[in-house]
Amino acid sequence: MPDASVAGARPGLGAGRRPSAVGRAFRALKIPVGDPFAVIGLVIYAVFVLVAIFADQLATHDPLEILFTEDYQLAADQPAFGEFVLGTTNLGRDIYSQMIYGTRSALIVGLAAAAAVVVVGTLVGLFAGYMGGWVDRVLMRLADIAFGIPFLPFVIVLAAFLEPSIWNVVLAMALILWRDTGRVVRSQVLTLRSRAYVEAARVSGSGSLKIVFRHIAPNVLPLSLLYGSISIGWAILTEASISFLGFGDANAVSWGYMLQDAYASQALSRGAYHWFLPPGLCIVLVVVAGFFISRGYEEVLFPRLRS
Amino acid sequence: MAFVLWAVATILFLIFRLMPGNPLAAYIDPTFTEEQQAALIARFGLDKSLFEQYLLYLWNLMQGQLGDSFFYRQPVGSLILQVLPNTLVLALGSLIVAYIIGVIAGAYLAWKRGTWIEGLGIPVVLTTRAAPEFWVGMVLLAVFSFSFGWFPAGGASSPGAEFDGYLDLYLSWDFLSHLFLPALTLAIYFHGLPLLLMRSNMLDVMNEDFVTMARIKGLSEFSVVVRHGARNALLPVMTSFAFAVGYQMQGSVVVETVFSWPGLGRMLVGAVSAGDYALAQGAFLLIAAVVVVMNLVADLLYGVLDPRVSHA
Repeated sequence: MPDASVAGARPGLGAGRRPSAVGRAFRALKIPVGDPFAVIGLVIYAVFVLVAIFADQLATHDPLEILFTEDYQLAADQPAFGEFVLGTTNLGRDIYSQMIYGTRSALIVGLAAAAAVVVVGTLVGLFAGYMGGWVDRVLMRLADIAFGIPFLPFVIVLAAFLEPSIWNVVLAMALILWRDTGRVVRSQVLTLRSRAYVEAARVSGSGSLKIVFRHIAPNVLPLSLLYGSISIGWAILTEASISFLGFGDANAVSWGYMLQDAYASQALSRGAYHWFLPPGLCIVLVVVAGFFISRGYEEVLFPRLRS
Repeated sequence: MAFVLWAVATILFLIFRLMPGNPLAAYIDPTFTEEQQAALIARFGLDKSLFEQYLLYLWNLMQGQLGDSFFYRQPVGSLILQVLPNTLVLALGSLIVAYIIGVIAGAYLAWKRGTWIEGLGIPVVLTTRAAPEFWVGMVLLAVFSFSFGWFPAGGASSPGAEFDGYLDLYLSWDFLSHLFLPALTLAIYFHGLPLLLMRSNMLDVMNEDFVTMARIKGLSEFSVVVRHGARNALLPVMTSFAFAVGYQMQGSVVVETVFSWPGLGRMLVGAVSAGDYALAQGAFLLIAAVVVVMNLVADLLYGVLDPRVSHA
């Protein structure tokens, strides 16, 4: 495992103005300006976040409204770059506006799922690693089970039984995908808990909870956030797959919903590239931005990778 | 491993039985009389207590008895075994292609460390990993099948085609042309894993003393990179293959749907949509079993190839 001391707290930072634990963790996460990948990734993210926030202003039409041309004809299958920026679907819906609103649902699902994975995975890793004994055994058995469950089929079954909703993906990720974060955090905690400063905290009478959350958690937080940034992409990909397979929320416009709509309406055989290329490219951009960012931070966290 | 499989089976049982809705809703016609309905419920054992149902379910599972599909009115076991070979051919075929390309390209990128080729190659590889498999499949389908007409648009063989046995089928031009696009889709998605693994292993290995020694001996660059470097970097990549097979079984769900490939994943999707619980349960369990077994194989291989990893 990587040397943990790079990951956050530098003990003896100056006793006078000690930054808070979370503040220290975020300091380790400062933007790696030197890494062009990470910068590109952050810029892509910033753009998508802005699009999601200002979706109402950016969209030209209601994404599900059936549109008509000026001579009162159904505006179906309009080509791109005409009256409608990216053309319309076979039912006369504006593709550009759907794409804009799709950004919103993608980011909501991505961020919520990543938060769930980080929280569950970090807590499991912290307690399994610090407590050891039966707590560790039980939690790691649960991780074994989670590794044995095929993720996408599980989401399909879950989504089929629950009401169709974008939250199914979040729930499924919280139930299953904490496993990777949990294991990595645990092994990090195992190396941390025998450190001298943790020993010192214990000797000076700090309780277990205080040691875990005050002294150990800030040091594993960058690692869990790294896994979180990858989880955002995973969640968006999963939501798209589920919507594509027809188990998504039919009322929520997402990129997966657009692709499912295009596929089911024979957009492929009609060569309606303006319909199914944009949402796919959006997914690729958001997910690859997450990869770029995590790659940049990986080099911050594990300097050995730097050449 | 048996514990994990049991746990997965139990979770599946709970999901399917505790969820709202009558599991026989798809099966019971509104025209059935009360008596007929009761008889059906009894026939499927749904009148017993939940715990009795659970024990019965485990008992049947251990005997390989997965029940009957509500939709096809056939035993689930024979239905999923019929489509399993299609899924395995697609998953293994695409993985083998992905690993051959990934290993060679990974070694090459490691060798080109610090050049513009690496600067271009890594983002391209990361992009292929970020692209949703079903969307890549859709684009390939639109371009190569619908626009150019080079490949069939779906299925595993042309309607009406007949074959003598599996080998004849799998070696036929008809089957291979159907296989090409879905396999390419999965290979595009999956070559990134062996590629990135191979690259980072190569970078580690090339710093080892024995590589420096080979250089000092004056061996050709090719000999140093391939015979001394790549051979040693390859071992951990091979162990990831087993893990990848399990993973590919899950990923094939969407790709099989895009290409109407008659495999396990598409059967699962169809069964869940149709409310065919027994079939969905059977297909899920088979996929889960492959995942669990392959995880175990990967663990064991890892220990065999790298004795420093101990199994307590």
